[in-house]
Parts: sequence; C-alpha cells; structure tokens
Amino acid sequence: MADHDIDTGDFDFSFIEKRLGVTRRTFLKFCTGVAASLGLSTQAAVAMAKTIADPKPKKRPPVIWLHGQECTGPSESLLRSEQPSLEHLILDLISLDYHQTLDTGAGHKVEEMKKKSMEENKGKYLLVVEGAIPIKDGGIYCKIAGETMLHATKEAAEHAAAIVAFGSCASWGGVQSASPNPTEARGAQAVLPGKTVVNIPGCPPNPANFLGTVLYFVTFGKLPPLDEQNRPKWAYGRLIHENCYRRPHFDAGRFATEFGDEGHRKGWCLYKLGCKGPETYNNCPSLEFNNVGGGVWPVGVGHPCFGCSEQGIGFNKPMFALADVKTHTPPNAFPEIADREQKQGISPTAAAIGGAAAGVAVGAALMAGKKASGGSDSSGSQDA
Amino acid sequence: MSAYKPLGGRVLTPAFLFFAVIFAISLYFMVERFTDGMGAVANINGGFPWGIWVVYDVIIGTGLACGGYALAFTVYVFNKGRYHPLVRPALLASLAGYALGGFGAIFDMGRWWQFYNILLPWNWNFNSVMLEVGLCVSLYIIVLIIEFSPAYLEKIGATGLLKVLDKTLFFFIALGVLLPTMHQSSLGSMLIIMGYKVDPLWQVLQFQPLLAVLTAIIMGYSIVIFEASLARVGFGGADETPLLAVLGKVSVWLMIAFLVIRFAVLAAQGKIGLIFAGDFASLMFIIETILFVLPAVIIASPTMRQSPSKLLFAAVSMLFAGALYRFDAFLFTYDPGPGFSYFPSAPEIMVTLGVISFEIMAYLVVVKTLPVLHRSEQA
Amino acid sequence: MERRDFLKGALGTGAAAVVCSVSSGSAEARPNLEPNGEAVGMLYDSTLCVGCKACVAACKEINGMEPIFRNGDEAYDAAADLSGQTLNVIKIFKDGTAAVKDAEQDGFAFEKRSCMHCVDPGCVSACPVTALKQQANTGIVTYDPDACIGCRTCMTACPYNVPQFQYDRAFGKIAKCQMCNQKGVERIDKGMTTGCVEACPTGATLFGTRDALLAEAKRRMELKPGEIYNYPRGDVRKPDSYHEKPVPTYKNHVWGEKEAGGTNVMHISAVSFDKLGMPPLEERSYASISEGVQHSLYSYLALPAVALAGLSFLVKRNVDGEENGGDS
Repeated sequence: MADHDIDTGDFDFSFIEKRLGVTRRTFLKFCTGVAASLGLSTQAAVAMAKTIADPKPKKRPPVIWLHGQECTGPSESLLRSEQPSLEHLILDLISLDYHQTLDTGAGHKVEEMKKKSMEENKGKYLLVVEGAIPIKDGGIYCKIAGETMLHATKEAAEHAAAIVAFGSCASWGGVQSASPNPTEARGAQAVLPGKTVVNIPGCPPNPANFLGTVLYFVTFGKLPPLDEQNRPKWAYGRLIHENCYRRPHFDAGRFATEFGDEGHRKGWCLYKLGCKGPETYNNCPSLEFNNVGGGVWPVGVGHPCFGCSEQGIGFNKPMFALADVKTHTPPNAFPEIADREQKQGISPTAAAIGGAAAGVAVGAALMAGKKASGGSDSSGSQDA
Repeated sequence: MSAYKPLGGRVLTPAFLFFAVIFAISLYFMVERFTDGMGAVANINGGFPWGIWVVYDVIIGTGLACGGYALAFTVYVFNKGRYHPLVRPALLASLAGYALGGFGAIFDMGRWWQFYNILLPWNWNFNSVMLEVGLCVSLYIIVLIIEFSPAYLEKIGATGLLKVLDKTLFFFIALGVLLPTMHQSSLGSMLIIMGYKVDPLWQVLQFQPLLAVLTAIIMGYSIVIFEASLARVGFGGADETPLLAVLGKVSVWLMIAFLVIRFAVLAAQGKIGLIFAGDFASLMFIIETILFVLPAVIIASPTMRQSPSKLLFAAVSMLFAGALYRFDAFLFTYDPGPGFSYFPSAPEIMVTLGVISFEIMAYLVVVKTLPVLHRSEQA
Repeated sequence: MERRDFLKGALGTGAAAVVCSVSSGSAEARPNLEPNGEAVGMLYDSTLCVGCKACVAACKEINGMEPIFRNGDEAYDAAADLSGQTLNVIKIFKDGTAAVKDAEQDGFAFEKRSCMHCVDPGCVSACPVTALKQQANTGIVTYDPDACIGCRTCMTACPYNVPQFQYDRAFGKIAKCQMCNQKGVERIDKGMTTGCVEACPTGATLFGTRDALLAEAKRRMELKPGEIYNYPRGDVRKPDSYHEKPVPTYKNHVWGEKEAGGTNVMHISAVSFDKLGMPPLEERSYASISEGVQHSLYSYLALPAVALAGLSFLVKRNVDGEENGGDS
C-alpha cells in the first residue's frame, strides 16, 4: 500500500493519538487495512477512522459479553492483536459493561452491574456470546453466579440490539458439542430461535474478523452482508482452499504423505494428511494470526487445517480423514469432456484451394465433354 | 510390329507446366513434412488420424486407378479382345495411380523409415486388414510394372524379354485381377473395426468388402471412359465411343447391382429410416445415390450411349459417386466422438494436389515417349 | 447383352455375394475374447475423484512426458486431452451451474481418460506389424516403437481414441499408457502399482486384478447411498490406507465389464457414462467382427489360391485362344 498521506480534511486526530499512543499515520494505516480486508474503499476507511477517533462520540454503545462453555480463546486472541493496542481501541469504542475476564471487579457486584446495564440500555446494547450453551437437564452443566448459561443468554438476548456469537463454540457448539455431546452443548443461535445471531466462528477466530465486523457496524450502523449461516461474507465467503498458498501444489499433485517427509519439508499440499481447507470457509490464509509475519497459521506451519470454524467438520470429522473438495474455482481448470488438443478449424486458404481444385476438375470435365461432342473425328491437334 | 506408338510431340506444353508448378509448390511442403513432422503440415489429429493423404491419395486414388483391373476382367476374363486398345493407357494410369498411392502411403507413415517392418514375415499380424492392404498393394504395383513393361520393352527393342513375358503374362494378368479384388475389398473391410465412428449408413460391417470391390470396379470402368475421352480430346485420335459405350452400360448395370445390394443390406440392418433423417449424413447419402443413379438416366438408351459427351458425364458422375462414397465413410460422416473435427490445411491440400499433378505429368510424358496409345488411334 | 456375357456377369456377382454371406455367417465364428480374471487393471471411481490431478502429474513424471503450456503460462500442465505427450488426463463433466459434485443436473463430475487395456483390443487386432500386443499374463496392451510403421490404424480401431501419434515430431511414435510397465519403467514387474494409483490421495483410482476390482465395484453398487463405507486406497487386494466416506448414488453399471468385450480398466460413476464421454459400445467387439470377415476370406490364403488358379486358367485360355484367332 502506498504510503501517501490520506486526505482526512481538517479532522483532529490528536485525541486518539494520545489515547492509543500511535501516530495519525499509523492509525489511518490500520483503518485502511481493516477496510481493505472488508473489501471497502479508502473513503470507508476514513469514515471508520473518523468514527473511532471522534473525541465526543455519540454515547458509546454498551456491550454485554457472556462466557459459556469455552476456553476464552476468542477473547485471548482478540487481546493478542498488536496494532495498535487493540484492547484500548475496542474498549474505547464500546462501553464493555460486562466481561468476566476483563472486568476489574468480581463477584455479585459485577452481576448487579450487568443487570443494571441491561435494564438501562434496553434495546441498545450489543450482546457478544463466547462459548457454547448446554441445554441438557435444564442447562445445569454451565452455571455462572448460580444462573445457567442458558438462562443468562436468553435473558440478555431479550433486549439486545444485536447479538454476535464469537468463536466456534458460540457459533455452533465447538469442542464440547463433539459426539456424544453429553451436555447437549449448542451454539447461541440454536437457543435463540427467532433472533438473528451473527456468527464469527473459529477456534480461535481471527480477531480481525470480529473487529472488522464491529467497526463496520459502528461506522455504518448496519451489519456487513452475511451468508446463510449468518457469517460475514467478507471473512467467511471463501474456502480456505481457494486462498491457500499451497494451492499450486494441490493443483499439480504434489502432496506431503507423512509428517517430515520430503513433500512436507518442501511445503507441499497437506490434503493427503487430512487438511480440511477444501471444505472450510474462513480467511486464515489471507490474514493469518498473531501479526507476527507470514506463515503463521496451521497450514503455514505445516499442520493440516482441521476445519475449526466449520460446523460438521471441526471436532466432528477425524483430524486426518480426507476432506471433500467443495468447489472448484479458478485458478483450477479442467478440460471438458469434448475438449481436444486440436488445431483451428477450416482455414480460408485451405477452403479456397480445395474449392479451386474441385472447380478446375469439374470445369475440365465439362470442357472436355463439350469438345468431345464437338466432333467425332480426330482433330489432329494436341492440347496436352 | 507393335500396334502401339508413342504420341510424340512437345512434352513442355502449357498444361504440363501448369501441373509442374503445382508439383513444385507441393515439394516444399513434402520436405517440411519430413523435417518438422506431419503436424507441421497436416491437420490430422487424435480423433482423425487419417486425413486426405490417406483417404484421397491412397484409398480414393487407388480406386481411381482401377482402370487396369476393370479392363483385365473385360479383356482377359470375359475375353473381349476388342478392348485391347484401351488396355495400355489404362494400365499406365493404373500404374501411375497405384505407384503414387504407394508413395502417398509411405509419405503418410508416421515411422516411414521403418516401413520395411510390414514386409518382415515375423512381424505379420494376420488379423490385420491393414496388413492385407499393404502387402497386396505392394505386390500389385510390381504386377502393374510387369503388365506395363511391354510398352517399355518395345521401345528399347528387348524382343527376347518380350517373348518370355508373352508366355508368362497370363499369370500376372490373373494376379492383376485377383490382387485388386483382394485389396480393394479390404479397403472396405478397414471400416469394420472403426465401429461406431463410421456413420451407420456406411457401417455395413460384414458387407464392407463386397460394396467396396463393387465401387472399385465401377470406378475402374468409369476411369477408362474418362481417360479415353480426355485422351481423344487432348491428343486427338480415333473415336473409341462404341467400345466405351459398352463399358458404360456394364458399369451402369454394376452400379444398379451395387445400389440394390446396398439398400438391401441397409434395410436388413434396419437403417433405411436414417436416409430420411434430414441430417448431414442423410444429405451426403442422397447426393451419393443421385451421383450413382444419374448415369443410368444420362446413358439409358443405346443412342444416348453413342454420345461421347454423355458418356463422359456419366463416367464423371460415377467417379464422383465412388470417391464420395469413400470420402463419406472415412471422413465426411466419420465421427470419433464429441469435440473432434478435421478439415485439411492448405499445405496438406497442396501436397495432395502435387501428387495428382505429378501423376498427370508422368502420364503425359510416358504417353508421348513410350508406345502406349494404339496405333490406329493416331492420325 | 449376350446371354453368355450376362451369365458370366451374374455368376461373378453371385460368387462375390456367396463369399460375403459366408463371411458374414462365419463372422460369428470369432466371438469376443474372454476376460482374464488375473489380468492387472484399475478401477476408477468418479465420485471419489477430487480433481487434484496428482495422477496426471505422476504419470508425466514416470513416463517422461513433458507438460503442455498454454497462453505463455508455464505454471500449469494444461493438457486438454490425451496426446503424444499426455497418457492420462482428468476431465470434467459440467451441467448448468455445475454447483453439486456428481449431480447430473446443475452438477459436475470428473472423468479419467487413459488406456482402457481392453480384453479384446481393437488396436492389437488392427496393427499390421504387431507393434501393439496384449501380454498374456498381465493383459497389459503394450507398444513396441521398433516394430511400428506409424500407419495409425490403431488410432482408428480404438473406440476410446487412446493411442495418440506424436505428430509434432519428425520421428514420432504412438503414445499410450502401458500401465507403467514398459521397458525402463517396469513398475508392475517390480511388484509396484501404477503411478496414478500410487499418487491418488482418495483411492479414486485403485489397482488390482480384474476379478478383485470388479468385485469391489459391485460391492459399492450394492451399498445404500448415504451409508458410510471404508474406501481403500492403492492396491485393492492390500490397501495401504482407507478413508470413510458416505456412499453416493452410483449409476448401477460398471463400465468395462462387458463393453466391446470388456476392459481391464473399469469405471464407476454417479453420472451416466455417455455424459462422461464414453463411446456408444455394445457387447460385441468390432475386432471380432473384422477378424471374422478377414479370416473367412483369407484363412491360409485358401480362397485367394483357388481364385488365382481359376483366373490363371481362364486368362491363359483366352490369351491362347486370341492368338489362335478366337473371340474378338
């Protein structure tokens, strides 16, 4: 990306610069990056930047963040983002009224604050669900402060302006939903029929997927386009197989067959080792993880993808079982049944010569015929 | 004294030079075929391994060269000695046609430098129709050379050899009737193993050899009429119309026999409906049939048969019909599967025209320098 | 026309007709060649194929064939079909939106094209110089470039258009799959499988004896669609790995079981075979019909010898008669 200065008019960025400890340029670069991964233009980036950097924002939307059956991986992954001090950014953008990990307080006080915030901000707060919700035996297998996760989720969802399921557990059940699913763990959508839940699956999900979606929402006041599983299309619209940089090896038939073999060491495709990239929708190969440079994602470090974000694949299909290849998109190309290695069709020259030859033959015959009937005695002349 | 005389006269006539130019151009492409591979010159491909070099130069070309064969039946089997004057020119045309057909076959061979493999008995695959065609054509070319040799031997005055030949010629003439029967029918048999690729209207399976040999004989008589007419027009000479008229009648009867058998076979194989299918194959079949039947109309009565031009047109119609029959079966209605197509390239056509030109040039030179044409034909 | 001539003509045509009806009658005398259950073959399951083309790449490498580049892009082998340098290719069937794998409508499916190693090969029957031979024990159809004259009759005789002549070379030869067992490669002789089988990650291409493969194919036909089956990979008799997959709705037909006498390389699929480009074949092989005609006419050259004797007699008599002032 060119390092030219982006035109932001006479907007004052000093507030956000001080708050985050970054320069205006770095901040704008960050916003442009997020906008680009969302497939949006520089103007959108500027709009986002101005929204975030507004020193006098409209009242920051409150967020209630619930944790169910989970490992806090999504939150942790969010906190591992480094540019720039994302946790500050999120915390400034929103009013995180309830987060079991990040809250400074503990105990009943915190629970009371949750209830109070939900009451005061009825219809205006954003509900983020992290972790699965067990429903067996009334949901007693996950309780927080004496309340089942099931009840807490339903109660919080009642008056939420928007609901985001962050991570595979909240999206569709995650690891605890693996067969035989003894606690009957479910995703948030499954226990909230009639409500729209935006799913950001992944184990952990890429924090940028969450961040980008939230920023989009805050800037434009609506959610980005979602697919039929309510995942933002910008992040989950493509198979990992479609963006994987080991794809040329798949297309050329170069596979690692064992960990440590020649193909594995050369970085060949991991399909034969059970990579679920061909049936998993996510953007891991594009964004990778931890902002520490290239190659930091499972396939990049030499382990096949296990489909952590895909319901029915992650924690369901065996790790090293072969994946179904869902679609075949360019650059993969196949000849069709009737495609042949063939030259062009009829060249005009050929047609002309052929036609002329046939014409000469017919003409000669006609002429000879005329001459033949012209006289039956020898003329003595020789034309040939 | 020989009843035959060289025509004499200038060899480098305008016509000769015209053909020489075409031949010269074709030489370039012939050399290219050897230096750069067949693909550089021809459009043959995976589905159409045989293009006009095989289908015209070899298959149709030898069909057109059946004059000697057809006349051998008439003169030596049915003992019509009065057709003798027509024999030598027909033999010359046959020799030219078959020799160039043989050249065409080797030219078209992908591994031509190993062509001798087909002559080695330990390589022979007796199931192969192609083996029969290859060996039989090669043998027949030798027989034609022997059959035609009197013309050359007379010119050089080798009376001793001529006497020997006289005593043994009957055997070679017998071969000259047997061998074309064998390989011309085999040219039809080659279609059997092509199976579904040959259009059903032409894929008569077990009847391929019979239909093929009939068309060969028809084309043989027709080419005799054709070259005799052209020779008279081009070189002057006696009018052979009465003889040609009978040949015309015979070929028309043969053509009727051919069509009867053909339609009977198609009916027995349940394919008559395909003739009216309205597709390209049915169109070609109908055109073929019209070209075959036309002569029956043109030379229906003895009076009409006395018209040299009508005879010529009838002969040309049957030649086109015979050629089209082979073109249709091997190329025009041949379908090896979806996506395959073939049309000869310009260089490919030039090579074929070059071969034809060389044939005509050779005929002209020989007819003028060797005693081929019958003495009484010349003024 | 004189009666004598008419009789001669009718006799001639009659003789020809008799010969041909004899040949058509005795054409039945050469039935299809029998399949050899112990012949080596392969089974291609289109529903297992994921279009990775590892088999195409492996085949090129093992057989020393160059890739085909198009449009100046030298990143991919863009083979469109079998050719002088492609012995194995994966093609795609597409319909409508081509969204669902192995669906005939609005779906797509893969098809592998390579030598079918027929039980009654047309190419072997047609080759004049025995350049194409069928190995007795393995059933592999081999090619000997030293015997080949390049007449390309084998190309016309193959219903699958498998043998491909190298038209782009001055000294070309026929190219076709020889089950990786030709001189210098000899994988089967060394007890290995073919290259394509070894490369295939899903076991879409399986190796084995014809009997074993046919049994496996029929087993799959009998499974209920949706049922989970443990698909073997490699040699069907001793697979090196398996993978579980729900059984698709196969077309209840094993291509190559009977077509034109049968093939040693068989296909199964969820899409009908005519859509996958298989030719319209019936059970009778064209080689058997062609050989029937050829042998009834030319067996031991008996008929030709008789004909030659008769003709020689006739011709000599007429030639001598002419000299003595006979018919004119």
